[in-house]
Amino acid sequence: MKKLNKPCRISQLSDKIAKPLLFGMALTAFSITVLIAFFIFQQGLPVLGEYGIWNILTGKSWRPTEGIYGILPMIAGTFYVTFLALAIGVPFGLATAVFLAELATEKTARIIRPAIELLAGIPSVIYGLFGMVVINEAMRFIEREILAGVLPPEYRWGYSILSGGMVLAIMILPTIINISEDAIRAVPRSYKEGALALGSSHIQTILQVILPSAKSGIISAVILAMGRALGETMALIMVIGNVPMLPRHGILSLFAPAATLTGTIALEMGYAGPEHRAALFMIGVVLFCIIALLNSFAMAATRRGVGK
Amino acid sequence: MLTKPKDRKELLINGFLWAAAFLAVAILVFILGYIILKGMGHVDLEFLTQKPRKMGSEGGIFPIIIGTVYFVFLTILTAAPLGVGTAIYLNEYTREGKITRIIRFGTELLAGIPSIIFGLFGYAFFVVLLHDYTQGWSLVSGALTATCMILPTLVRASEEALKTVPRSYREGSLALGANKWQTIYKVVLPSALPGILTGIILSIGRAICETAALLLTLGGSLLMPESIFHGARTLSMHLYMVAMETGNMDVAFGTGVVLIAIILLINFTANYAIKKLVARNR
Amino acid sequence: MPEKNNKIITENLNFYYGKFQALKDINIKIGEKKVTAFIGPSGCGKSTFLRTLNRMNDLLGEVRIEGKVLIDDSDIYRSDVDVVTLRKKMGMVFQSPNPFPMSIFENVAYGPKIHGIKNKNTLQEIVEKSLKQAFLWDEVKDDLNKNALSLSGGQQQRLCIARVLAVEPEVLLMDEPTSALDPISTLRIEELIQDLKKEYTIVIVTHNMQQAARISDYTAFFLNGEMVEYDRTENIFTKPKDKRTEDYITGRFG
Repeated sequence: MKKLNKPCRISQLSDKIAKPLLFGMALTAFSITVLIAFFIFQQGLPVLGEYGIWNILTGKSWRPTEGIYGILPMIAGTFYVTFLALAIGVPFGLATAVFLAELATEKTARIIRPAIELLAGIPSVIYGLFGMVVINEAMRFIEREILAGVLPPEYRWGYSILSGGMVLAIMILPTIINISEDAIRAVPRSYKEGALALGSSHIQTILQVILPSAKSGIISAVILAMGRALGETMALIMVIGNVPMLPRHGILSLFAPAATLTGTIALEMGYAGPEHRAALFMIGVVLFCIIALLNSFAMAATRRGVGK
Repeated sequence: MLTKPKDRKELLINGFLWAAAFLAVAILVFILGYIILKGMGHVDLEFLTQKPRKMGSEGGIFPIIIGTVYFVFLTILTAAPLGVGTAIYLNEYTREGKITRIIRFGTELLAGIPSIIFGLFGYAFFVVLLHDYTQGWSLVSGALTATCMILPTLVRASEEALKTVPRSYREGSLALGANKWQTIYKVVLPSALPGILTGIILSIGRAICETAALLLTLGGSLLMPESIFHGARTLSMHLYMVAMETGNMDVAFGTGVVLIAIILLINFTANYAIKKLVARNR
Repeated sequence: MPEKNNKIITENLNFYYGKFQALKDINIKIGEKKVTAFIGPSGCGKSTFLRTLNRMNDLLGEVRIEGKVLIDDSDIYRSDVDVVTLRKKMGMVFQSPNPFPMSIFENVAYGPKIHGIKNKNTLQEIVEKSLKQAFLWDEVKDDLNKNALSLSGGQQQRLCIARVLAVEPEVLLMDEPTSALDPISTLRIEELIQDLKKEYTIVIVTHNMQQAARISDYTAFFLNGEMVEYDRTENIFTKPKDKRTEDYITGRFG
């Protein structure tokens, strides 16, 4: 009869070590999040305290060399391009998602889907370069030749909120398309069949049954795309001009150059002195809070989607 | 009658859906095509093998290619074990519970943080605080920062890959008297490997694309990196810096072509790996 | 019941998944080198019971066990018992064939390798012997390097049996080993079981009452977590004592 007691072997030892080692790795991965939050706040909060949150958030001028830290222009710039990008990108992306999920044959989808994947894999600097050379050139032409009479002189350089919005719209397309397509595909077949059996056309079924049923997934697609847009740095630096000024010409402000929160950090970190640096970390704190807020919306949205 | 009624509105919507999808492809082709056509003429052997001159506005990009390779290699070297290890812990060693939820929540949060925030963190932590170990702006600082960024992708991809390994493999191995680690190492990991590799390849793509965080951590030296404690710049950084600072668009486009070639290569490799994976699981 | 040489004995065994009690007071004595079959409708606890015998249920999380499981008179749930050694001794064959995605050779050699056998010739011998024991050698001897997943379902299951035999177990626990197989493959496995009985104690869970009647020496009937009746197979099928057993045998429920 063989005994059932523990044998002592090397394999036994590695089994013993594996768990604490892997746990250590998981803990490291987790602690990075904590560390990031800690360092950004540790560096940025003092400035926020010293100048007052309200003064900073509503301050209209950013002159870091003189110790004036108003970030309203950058907040405005960031949200203008983000909403513009969503306004262009969401309908466009959603239409593509519907096409892929409902209309495309397997063969067509096999061409389009890798293209979307590739679109997601292109570096932002490539989009930036394209925007800088192609879109801004076109904008310059429009601003100087077509709208020259209406636009104020500082709006004629091609670098503009509109260019930023267009570039960003392309960049958020993959996010919108992928997540919405998944959401559309997750709609139970029976809903669709039910509608079709009642004599609805395919398009009616899509509009009246499928899209409403996929609503929560589509909303989270939009929120994620928004997160991506708010966080984008490089492509925007290259196309919007980085001028921290509040645009004030109504609809013509589309042609105004602007600056974003992210872009300001990236551009100024390289030459900033100590206090200026702290101010840039403070922008990081603001950005962090905006993203955290957005993420909690996203989580609430998915939870509601799951609960349904 | 059973003939199709012609509804204007429906035709319009139908047309819009088709147009949107094809426009998406057209944009991709246009952007890539434009940059390749503009930059192709500038890419030759000399461009790939020479040092840059005059702040990069003339000459080649050899040190930048080498810097990119070092950077990617170093990043994967730290990120892959950490990411795969975390995924193994989450998927094999814990049941869904408080700890997993907290760890997963933490890594998911990382995924949503903008890259510039990683840059700020990398600057404060690796470049300034750990200056004595990283030598400030250096390949080490840049790679560690990038590791933080690609970790969520890697963890998720590896977890997905581990989840596809049938439970029966694990049970079969355990029932033969293998211990847990033997089971993971000899049966689970080999089966999950194609999926994990795909995740690693995609992470390499992400690291190559990254620019903003690296501006704050990698330095931006145009010199050939002599060790991992020297500064460097990657192709993406070079493209940006040349375009914005020197205004020499030829070099920017040339760099863009090289960058696109690498991204295409990575995408095809990943797709190939995925196809292999699907074929094998059938 | 089996008069002498009991290999496995359970005493007042209770088993819980969270709050659900899956096994109620199981007392059984399983004879050495006999084939014992567990029958009963789905969800009756027969598979759960089988998996308590090599502690595979440990993997499931919130489970609790009361009572004793004695194998060769030692309690396998005692804290100083090494699960790895236990599982090596209690070989298990699963419902659907689960070869690893490796070559045929590697599949059979897997067990001996993890238990520390490195010599190539020894491994070669073990693989050949095990495959022969599992009646698979003649079919695969020329392509041992072929991927195991390319075998037919019946061959895969015999490979899994060979893989278990390679670690030299004393008991074979079979959890519906033929439910995923065609009738011809099933018959081959049954022949194999008859042959293996000479050397191994075999416990088999089956849905198929014909199968239990054909191959087993003893049969236990399970219902709702209880072991309703346990006797010589011919007694169970010809003169069951319990009404519920009779109902099941004659097909009135399950």
